[in-house]
Amino acid sequence: MASDSDSDGDFVTFGTPLEPLEEDEPLRKPVPLHEQTVKDEKGRYQRFHGAFTGGFSAGYFNTVGTKEGWTPATFVSSRQQKAGRQNARPEDFMDEEDLGDHGIAPRQITTTADFASGRKDVIRDKARAITSLSAPIPGDTVLEDLVAPARSSMGVELLRKMGWKDGQGVGPRVKRRLCKQRADSATRAFGSASPPNGSSESQDEEDGEFLPENLTFAPKDVTPIDFTPKVDLHGLGYRGLNPLAALRGGPGAGHINLFTMDSDRTNSLFGEDRKGQRRRGGVAGQGFGVGAMEDDDEDIYHRDIMSNYDTVLGGEEPGDGLYGWTAPQQYNRTKKDHSKDAAYLGKILEGFTLASDKLETKTVGIFPPPNLPRDFRPVHYFRPVVDLSSVSPMVAQALQTSRGHMAQEAPSKGGRHQLDSAQRRELLGEATLQGADCSLFAPHAEQQQQEALSVWSGPTAQAQTGQTFKPFERTPHKQARYDLYIDQLKQGDRDALELSLDPTMTEWERGRERDEFVRAALLYKPSSSSLSCRFTRGKQDDGVEADTVEVTRDQENDVDDKQAAVKMKMFGKLTRDTFEWHPDNLLCKRFNIPDPYPGSGFVGMPKVKRDKFSVFNFLTVSESPTASASPAPQGVKPSEPGKRSRWDVSGQAGDKERKEKDPVSEFLSVARIEASGSGPEASTTDGPTTDPTVEVLVPHYYIHH
Amino acid sequence: MSFPQPKPEVPQLPQNLLRTIDCQQGAVRAVRFNADGNYLLSCGSDKSLKLWSVSRGTLLKTYSGHGYEVLDADGSYDNSQLCSCSSDKTVILWDVATGQVTRKLRGHAGKVNCVQFNEEATVILSGSIDGTVRCWDTRSRKFDPIQILDEAQDGVSSLKVSEHELLTGSVDGRVRRYDLRMGQLHVDFINSPITCVCFSADGQCTLTSSLDSTVRLLDKSTGEMLGEYTGHKMKGYKLDCCLSSKDTHVLSCSEDGHVYCWDLVEGSLMLKLPVGKAVVQSLSFHPSETRLLTAMEGRVQVWGAEPEETEEDVVVVQQEKA
Repeated sequence: MASDSDSDGDFVTFGTPLEPLEEDEPLRKPVPLHEQTVKDEKGRYQRFHGAFTGGFSAGYFNTVGTKEGWTPATFVSSRQQKAGRQNARPEDFMDEEDLGDHGIAPRQITTTADFASGRKDVIRDKARAITSLSAPIPGDTVLEDLVAPARSSMGVELLRKMGWKDGQGVGPRVKRRLCKQRADSATRAFGSASPPNGSSESQDEEDGEFLPENLTFAPKDVTPIDFTPKVDLHGLGYRGLNPLAALRGGPGAGHINLFTMDSDRTNSLFGEDRKGQRRRGGVAGQGFGVGAMEDDDEDIYHRDIMSNYDTVLGGEEPGDGLYGWTAPQQYNRTKKDHSKDAAYLGKILEGFTLASDKLETKTVGIFPPPNLPRDFRPVHYFRPVVDLSSVSPMVAQALQTSRGHMAQEAPSKGGRHQLDSAQRRELLGEATLQGADCSLFAPHAEQQQQEALSVWSGPTAQAQTGQTFKPFERTPHKQARYDLYIDQLKQGDRDALELSLDPTMTEWERGRERDEFVRAALLYKPSSSSLSCRFTRGKQDDGVEADTVEVTRDQENDVDDKQAAVKMKMFGKLTRDTFEWHPDNLLCKRFNIPDPYPGSGFVGMPKVKRDKFSVFNFLTVSESPTASASPAPQGVKPSEPGKRSRWDVSGQAGDKERKEKDPVSEFLSVARIEASGSGPEASTTDGPTTDPTVEVLVPHYYIHH
Repeated sequence: MSFPQPKPEVPQLPQNLLRTIDCQQGAVRAVRFNADGNYLLSCGSDKSLKLWSVSRGTLLKTYSGHGYEVLDADGSYDNSQLCSCSSDKTVILWDVATGQVTRKLRGHAGKVNCVQFNEEATVILSGSIDGTVRCWDTRSRKFDPIQILDEAQDGVSSLKVSEHELLTGSVDGRVRRYDLRMGQLHVDFINSPITCVCFSADGQCTLTSSLDSTVRLLDKSTGEMLGEYTGHKMKGYKLDCCLSSKDTHVLSCSEDGHVYCWDLVEGSLMLKLPVGKAVVQSLSFHPSETRLLTAMEGRVQVWGAEPEETEEDVVVVQQEKA
């Protein structure tokens, strides 16, 4: 393909890509297993076995390739010819495939030693030298080397014929200065791998300063990089006892001065011997004491003298010496070169060179420090974690605002929705409503019943079999009745409510249940039950808290205001709500961010407990204003069993006196809240009462409080 | 003496079609650049996720393992992992090289609309039609999410992650920004179902497209509107919008088969890129260069600022081979 025509070739494409499978194309019939055969060059079948059965057999099952198998061609009984025993070669047991190109003993044209590059020989020689040193008698191979015929590769022979001499470099002849420079660069580039006799040669060259200008020299021989593989398990750069060094006095045994940064330190790093270095005989190295043959044992424990060390950190100052080693950068930078870096690194390992350009560390997780604003002061004030309930509201509000929260409502108020109509009226300064219509709730209830019927008898509800929401789970009988009611609704029964109620109950109880069932059926209508996973169930089921449900503490501002703001395109404060939100500790850790609320016990939005959304929550709300009006204490519960018996007697009797009473108006406002959407509509309807029981029963309950 | 000011570079727009890739994976639901912009991911309705070379247009790998159409995908910063989400309610973490499923994360109650790695690919964040954003840990072996963000009142349609912030757009018409560093949640009300949210490259603004055919640029810290971009049609589809790599332009898909490109500051329509006849499903802007990916029906198109010279040669060679 067009692999070369593209500029940014990060992929090498071989061959032609497979045609992508068409959707509608019929699948090609797979080749059956018995037709998947491979033949060798003679047309014999090759059988592929699995790896465990030994690869393929050469035509005959698991034999050597003949019908007879392992039958020696020339079998001679050894009884008569004991002396004429033949040595079998491995090739005797090979067939032609083994001797072929891909066999185990290929017969093909290979480079002989004459034509092989000399490089290989160097390695071999080195290996031999090392083995000779470690041999029981050192220098064992010396005689061999002397006796062995001098053999040089064909390349060397050719070079010699062309005028090359041993020890010279290859290439055009160069002038003197260039030659010298190149020699310098060679020693620098190859570091410690430079030849040990390099210094003496350079000295020779320095002696010949008087040479005429036009004289050219052969280029200096370049010592190739040693590619000897590392085969031992020692650490990099480890050298055990070096017998050569021990005998010769150890070229690298000099003491390394830790603190000098001047040139002789670096020289020693690059393998150049110090001229005046004292050489000692004897075995040196790790793990050896003084040999028996040694008489000079004064320096075993390497007594050091303080003159080896600098007594001042950093030694001589670079530059003008005005600054210490904490000098500004420009004072140090002048002398900065690679050799100085090497001084920090320590001795350069054999086979390694210093990188000419620094390796750019590119890690994604590390980012440059942020650009600080100009007026930034690096001081952090820790905001104390204060329990808002324990401090005074002033302080709490100040704390909240300092955290950047919009101060919502004061926590003591408990939100707009927790106020009842009377409290709201007091806040607004409105007068109490007088003589409102009493028959408002009844058509509404009827309407709700119809609505519930239409919702539950719909096709979606029919399809849904398992009901997920059990609003009256705590009282199984009630739940059973409710289930019956829902079933009836699903069948489209108009009298579902009346059928499902318990006839043995009192009228008041039935009325109450009827109301609750209708409301529950509307609330938990089938469409919302698919979202049941969104609702949390109370975890503890103790008697007190079971009536409450957890809701988020901070509620959103009024949506209507926001919609108006959006219409006017006034985005900003009007459309924005800011809440406290607690991320999980682990999430913060994964994001590499400190937990903003360390030690907070919860995640997400702060939650508070509220009463469950039920009919009687709304009904009990208006309890308090009536209680405050009357001198009696307000502890009377609506569902007290002792009082209940009184209500079932009075059917229509209380109907008239209810109209005169004040709480009716409050009840109306309650009803308006309940019918949250249909508030204005309920106030205008003035229809005839269709369900007198509902109309009567509920208000009664208010009058007596 | 002073040198003359260097000429300001004329902002370039990706108006030349460089390449059309027929993905052959049904309708392409989303197309995404990887972190460095050399590769692209196409999410197909035939349950497959495909990795392509952008410069060459060749298919590099097909990732199959989803049970239904793939809706979104993202690549990690080091290109070693992919994540994708699907209508089968799962999020899958893939190994790029082997194509194997590293982890299949279940927990969403509905189809998963959007998925993103965080900056260091330690967390996968997925937003679903069930209204939750789930934070999955890629480092641990737990299959439960670290945290479930259920503040949205309707499905989460789009999600973006910055260094310490999480931006979600929801069908309830609100853009939520979770600030992990401050521990705050900022809710911006848009009053129309959100289809796509983006951070600007400088991290100061957020871009929001909604179903009232409007793209809005909001100030991140205050929520004030900095710009409004209209003219395109976005009424019923969940289409993408994005900012150009240098924050100079705002781009949005449209249902009329064009990609609209506005100047960010002036709000004027700079380019109406005709992509095809159908709806432009998805788009993605190159992280550094002027290069745009669009997805329409089963095709992915690569757009650049300048026409590519080698294009013809490649085609010729391919034809000869064929």
